[in-house]
Amino acid sequence: MSKAWQGTGLAGDVVGSAGRPVAAVSEFDSVGLRYGTGAEVLRDLDFRLRTGAFYFLTGPSGAGKTSLLKLLYLAQRPTRGRIRLFGEELSEAPRETLPPFRRRIGVVFQDFRLIRHLSAFDNVALPLRVAGAKDEDVEGPVREMLAWVGLADRASARPATLSGGEQQRVAIARAVINRPELLVADEPTGNVDAEMANRLMGLFTALNRLGTTVVVATHDVGLINATPGAQLIRLENGTLVDPTGTLRNPPRAPKASA
Amino acid sequence: MLDWFFVSPAESRLLGTARLGGPTPWVIAIMSFSIMLIAATGLALANTAGVLSRAIEARYAVELPGGGANLDAATNAVRSAPGVASAEAVPESEMRKTLERWLGQSAQSRDLPVPALINFDIRQGASLSVIQGRVRKLDPSARIVAHRESVGPLLQSLTLLQAVAFGLVLLLSAAAAAAVVLAAKGALDTHRFTIEVMHGIGATDLQVTHLFQRKIAIDAFLGSMTGGLAAALVLALLAGGAAFVGELTGGATLGIRDLIILALLPFALTGLATWVARAAVLRALREAL
Repeated sequence: MSKAWQGTGLAGDVVGSAGRPVAAVSEFDSVGLRYGTGAEVLRDLDFRLRTGAFYFLTGPSGAGKTSLLKLLYLAQRPTRGRIRLFGEELSEAPRETLPPFRRRIGVVFQDFRLIRHLSAFDNVALPLRVAGAKDEDVEGPVREMLAWVGLADRASARPATLSGGEQQRVAIARAVINRPELLVADEPTGNVDAEMANRLMGLFTALNRLGTTVVVATHDVGLINATPGAQLIRLENGTLVDPTGTLRNPPRAPKASA
Repeated sequence: MLDWFFVSPAESRLLGTARLGGPTPWVIAIMSFSIMLIAATGLALANTAGVLSRAIEARYAVELPGGGANLDAATNAVRSAPGVASAEAVPESEMRKTLERWLGQSAQSRDLPVPALINFDIRQGASLSVIQGRVRKLDPSARIVAHRESVGPLLQSLTLLQAVAFGLVLLLSAAAAAAVVLAAKGALDTHRFTIEVMHGIGATDLQVTHLFQRKIAIDAFLGSMTGGLAAALVLALLAGGAAFVGELTGGATLGIRDLIILALLPFALTGLATWVARAAVLRALREAL
């Protein structure tokens, strides 16, 4: 375990499959990732995500933010090191054991990943249906969520007929409909205007207050500064740039030169 | 057991409303049609072989190479032997008529010696040596020939044809299964994005597989039934004209058991396609994380 996050205060606990409280949502221990036979895109990642905390993941393009998020939401296995999620070691867990963990994670993809032949309603309802909810239990929450993201009147629209911002909101609604314990968002406000961005961040912080751990990858310094109490993870060239400072409060936005 | 088949409209929309493999139902229809006809042929051949086999099993002939001088006496001797159910001399005119096929009009020549024949059927327990002993008293050159010896090659051919028909049914079933595997893989490629999204939000392989399994089961069922009905129509026409069953099988027809087997084939093909699709999809999904 890295010294970087030893002694970090815990905002809350989650419960692992064994029923015991889990100190952190996710723990990375000397994690590395390479695609095929290429060079490592992530190296020596050691950090822990506290339960109930709010994190921004920043770094230049190509730094490995999306790869790190993929490890977090179990779309990729590390090529070395250990990852614990919800208190369970999942780096080499059999694939059939992963779905229950994935259901505890909400993901907002950079490219939305909406199923194009499904309506906005069905896209948002998908996590509930995958989790086994009956149709009568799906209608209310999905309508409510669509209303919250301002798309109540677009429920039956297909993604292709929605604007980029609307698709982004559908994707966010889908990610949070299940009240995930961990919400992972890759540039979630990249396609919406400032007002909607603030509203969506409001949703994220509201979820965070309810105990959801939130990880948002973004370049938007303004967004980071507008989220007090959030912590920063900065990646450069596939590694944390300051391992001892990865869980610090976000920096102030650079002042505009006079 | 079939809960995977009965899903909500929302779940059925997950893979879109378009048919999965495009030509898959038609390929399966052609396979089903061919399998039905070949199976019907095989069953008819089996029935024919059975009829022939039963008919000649107890049938023998006394051959009198010297001709019909002792024919009546020999016939009576055979008929009165213990265990003989019936005995009948083949008229010389019939023998000559048979020989005409090879010899032409010269078969009618009185100079041509024609052997005499007595056909007879025996019951269980009859002794051929006793019968032979009786006729040899009248004509020492007489000999007994079993009909199955002369019809044996034909029966072997029929058995071989049955095996060929059975093999073809298996081959066509395997081809149908291969077509389903290709269709399933194509469908997986087409819906890869949907699968990734579903996996990403926690769907299990089985949940994803059920969607494909259901679609392919519907395609296979439609194809099998279409092909099966077309084959049934053809068989009915052929049987109605007595061209198929009558001439080919010498009167042997498809019985109730055969018809039940044929009627079950489309369902069996649907089951096979569904099982193969399930296995193919599960296997392909296991290659993903």
